[in-house]
Amino acid sequence: MVKGIEKYGIPVVHMATVVPISRTIGANRIIPGIGIPYPLGDPAQGETDSKKIREKMVRRALKALQVPVEEQTVFEKDI
Amino acid sequence: MAKYKIVHYLNQFFGGVGGEEMAGFKPEIKEEKIGPGLAVSQALGEDYEIAATIICGDNYFGENLNEATDTIIEMIRKYEPDVFIAGPAFNAGRYGVACGTVCKAVEERLGIPVLTGMYEENPGADMFKKDVITVRTGNSAATLRKTLPQFVNLIKKLAEGREILGPSVEGYLERGIRVNYFAEKRGAARGMDMLIKKMAGEPFETDLPMPKFDRVPPAAPIQDIKSAKIAIVTSGGIVPHGNPDHIESSNATKYGVYSIEGMDRMSSEDFTTIHGGYDRQFVMADPNLVVPLDVLREMEKEGEFGELVNYFCTTTGTGTATGSAAKFGDSIGQRFTEEHVDGVILVST
Repeated sequence: MVKGIEKYGIPVVHMATVVPISRTIGANRIIPGIGIPYPLGDPAQGETDSKKIREKMVRRALKALQVPVEEQTVFEKDI
Repeated sequence: MAKYKIVHYLNQFFGGVGGEEMAGFKPEIKEEKIGPGLAVSQALGEDYEIAATIICGDNYFGENLNEATDTIIEMIRKYEPDVFIAGPAFNAGRYGVACGTVCKAVEERLGIPVLTGMYEENPGADMFKKDVITVRTGNSAATLRKTLPQFVNLIKKLAEGREILGPSVEGYLERGIRVNYFAEKRGAARGMDMLIKKMAGEPFETDLPMPKFDRVPPAAPIQDIKSAKIAIVTSGGIVPHGNPDHIESSNATKYGVYSIEGMDRMSSEDFTTIHGGYDRQFVMADPNLVVPLDVLREMEKEGEFGELVNYFCTTTGTGTATGSAAKFGDSIGQRFTEEHVDGVILVST
């Protein structure tokens, strides 16, 4: 799906927990998720903190969409 | 009297009707062997006879797909052949698609074994190699002679109902079919053999070829985030309660498009997940873990980006064929192009 969309020239940031799969399918901008059943947040930390984690990740995703990349790039940390 | 009857399909060029100017030629059947059929027939020997040859122009076929297929099927039906062969099409794209389409229809509608041949980069090969046994040819007709033994062997096996072995043995394009068999050596020994060959830089054949994935060059980044239109896509199976479009919980064949207009967050009262590949309890309680609407709405309000597209696209990623996923992506990409979307957040579980 990532490539199907990106081939139209629209940048896609793939937020996925299993980064090797994301690499294999050919996503160009990748943000590692927290866990398979909760990629954007961590329910164990309570709703407020879970949302904070999500906010940080989404903000990083928006930044990743603004960064030129030449090859597959995993954005591990905040930019 | 030959034991086995064959009907052969050719395009206008190989059928001797003419070149590109005759590509509009309507299907005709002749009770004789023509062009490549002569060589095939000779190689097959006396027990086999090409009873008839159908010739159809590539453009006529391409522009009248259903009608041409129906006509050709009726032409073949009368002869009750033991095997139907088409082409080979080598690297001729329209011809390859025609050969594949006719073969598939003959097999499905008449229950007759079929065979064609193509160069592996012929677009018809990608479309039909899983449905139809397709002999691997070179990219030009000059390679016919070299591939003739494979055609002959497969035609005989199909006619006599004998077992067809793997693609590398018989010389056809891989169909992605797994067949169980007893290997002489156990897995550990085979693995060691492969490793030794690999270390010695020798060619080896893996037991489990990985699927090939195409690459798409990275799209240019968003220039002006303050006016950018952002869309959300997910393979996490988030759907409205009741799953109105019946998206499958595994091996999805479709994706859904659901409105988030006027919503500040993904409420568990509105949405759930039908994904069959992960423990759903957390996402059922808080769908924002997959579709981060709550934080995106806040950022939108604060002007951190232009606007959020008022719907999200969703499917189930587990067990879903890469071919299906590519189709969803293409369709979503078209939609987003029309919508002037500037960037996409795609969340996978």
